[in-house]
Amino acid sequence: MPAELPYAEKEAFANGRGILGIMIERTAGITMDQYITTPITAETTKNLHVGDYVYISGTIYVARDAAHKRLMEVLEREEPLPFPIQDAAIYYMGPSPAREGRPIGSAGPTTASRMDKYAPRLLDLGQKAMIGKGKRSQEVVDAIVRNQAVYFAAVGGAGALLSKCIQKSDLVCYGDLGAEAILRLEVKDFPVIVVIDCQGNNLYETASKEYAVL
Amino acid sequence: MIRTISTEEITKNIKEMCIEANYYLSGDMREALDRAAEGEQAPLGKKILGQLQENLKIAGEEMIPICQDTGMAVIFAEIGQDVHFEGGFLEDAIQEGVRQGYTEGFLRKSVVGDPIIRENTRDNTPAVIHYQMAKGDKVKLTLAPKGFGSENMSRIFMLKPADGIEGVKNAILTAVKDAGPNACPPMVVGVGIGGTFEKCALLAKQALARPVNEPSPIPYIQELEAEMLRKINGLGIGPGGLGGTTTAFAVNINTYATHIAGLPVAVNICCHVNRHVAREI
Ligand code: SF4
Repeated sequence: MPAELPYAEKEAFANGRGILGIMIERTAGITMDQYITTPITAETTKNLHVGDYVYISGTIYVARDAAHKRLMEVLEREEPLPFPIQDAAIYYMGPSPAREGRPIGSAGPTTASRMDKYAPRLLDLGQKAMIGKGKRSQEVVDAIVRNQAVYFAAVGGAGALLSKCIQKSDLVCYGDLGAEAILRLEVKDFPVIVVIDCQGNNLYETASKEYAVL
Repeated sequence: MIRTISTEEITKNIKEMCIEANYYLSGDMREALDRAAEGEQAPLGKKILGQLQENLKIAGEEMIPICQDTGMAVIFAEIGQDVHFEGGFLEDAIQEGVRQGYTEGFLRKSVVGDPIIRENTRDNTPAVIHYQMAKGDKVKLTLAPKGFGSENMSRIFMLKPADGIEGVKNAILTAVKDAGPNACPPMVVGVGIGGTFEKCALLAKQALARPVNEPSPIPYIQELEAEMLRKINGLGIGPGGLGGTTTAFAVNINTYATHIAGLPVAVNICCHVNRHVAREI
C-alpha cells in the first residue's frame, strides 16, 4: 500500500476497494465511514464528503462563545493565539465538571451558529475543522470552501456517549471562564458526521428533502 | 388544618430533583425514544437514535449527565393554601436546593447573573421559579432543567383572531422548521395558545413538562396535537437534523382564555433531552 496516500485511500486499499472503487462509490453518492487523525490538513478534508461518518483521533481544541470572543481580542492586539491554529480542529463545547478519576464530564456539541461571527477569521488563519451542531451562515460556508476546511456535526445531546471517546483534557487558557475555558483534548475515534464539506455541499439542506412528505 | 413543612425539606428535594433530572430521563421520554428508534426510516437517523439510547444508558450507569448543557433550572411550585413554611424564606430554600444540586451533582454551571455583563454565578442560580396557589395542604414541585440550544429556537406569535386555527398550525410549523438541527431533534414541541403575552409563553413551558404520552384532555386540541406531530414528522428534518422520519416525539398544547382582539401562540421547543421531575410533598 503506498504510504503517502491520504487516509481515505489508504482505507480503500486496506479493505480492497481501491481508488477506482472509491471513485465509483463517490459518483453514486455513497457515503462511507472514515478514520482520520489530527492535524486535519487540506489533504484530509479533500477526501471528506457530506454524509461521511468520520472517527477522529488525536488532538482537538475546545472553545465556545466567550473563548472565541477572547481569541478575537487577542488577534485585535496582534498577539499570538494560545494554541496552534494551523490545521486545528475546534470543538464547540462546554463540558460538565469531571468526576474524580475521569478526564471530563458530559461533553456534547453546542450550537455552532453562535460562532459564525468568529469562524471565518479563524478559518482564514488556518483552522481546518469545526465540530458542533446546527446550521451555519453563508459566510462560514464560503470560508470553508475558500480554505478547504470542513464542518462536522457531533450528535447533540449525546454528551455522555461522546465523553467516552475523550481520553485526556487539559486547560489551555481562560480558566476563569469555567465551562467556557479553552481545552486541549486527546480523543480516540470521536464520532462525527460531515455536514459541510470543502466543496460547500450542505447535508442539512439536502437530507431533510429526502424524507419530507409534504 | 394548617400543615407545616420545613423549608429544609424543600431544599433537600430540589437538590435531589436537579440530580435525578440530569442523569435519568422520565419513563415517557425513554419509551418515546425506543419507539422512534424502531420506526425510523433513515439509516443515519436510526444510527443516531441508537446512539441516543446508548447515551442514556451510559448516563445512568456511569453517572455522566445525559447532556453537558444541564440547563437553567425551571421550577413550578404549586403551593396548597393550607401549607405553612417553617425555617426560612421559601424562595431561598429553592435556590439553595439548586445550588447544592448543581454543585454536588457535577452539573454544569450555565447561568450568568446579568444578561449583558454576563458573569457566571458559578452555582447555576438563580433558577426560574413559577409559583401557583392550589387547594389543599400539599406542595407539588416540578423541576425542568432547560437547555438553551432548543430554548433559543422558541418563538411567540401574536396572531389575529382571523388567522384562526390555520394560523396556529402555520406558526407551529414555522418555529419547528426554523429550529431544525439547532434544537437537537427529535424534539418535544410545547405550545401555548391564548392568554396574554406572558401567560401564553408560560402555557408553552408547562406543556413541555406534561408527559409525552399524555394527550390534551380537550378533544379538538388532542386532534390538533396528533395532526401537528404528523406534519412535523413529515418535514423530514430527522434525528440530529440529518434527515429522517422522526423530527418530534410529541406536540403538547395547552390553552387558556384570551382577549377578543388576540390569538397569542407560543412555541417552546425542547430537545430529546426533555427533563422533568415532579414530586409532591
Ligand atoms: S438542545 Fe438539549 S440536547 Fe441539545 S445541547 Fe442543549 S440541552 Fe443538550
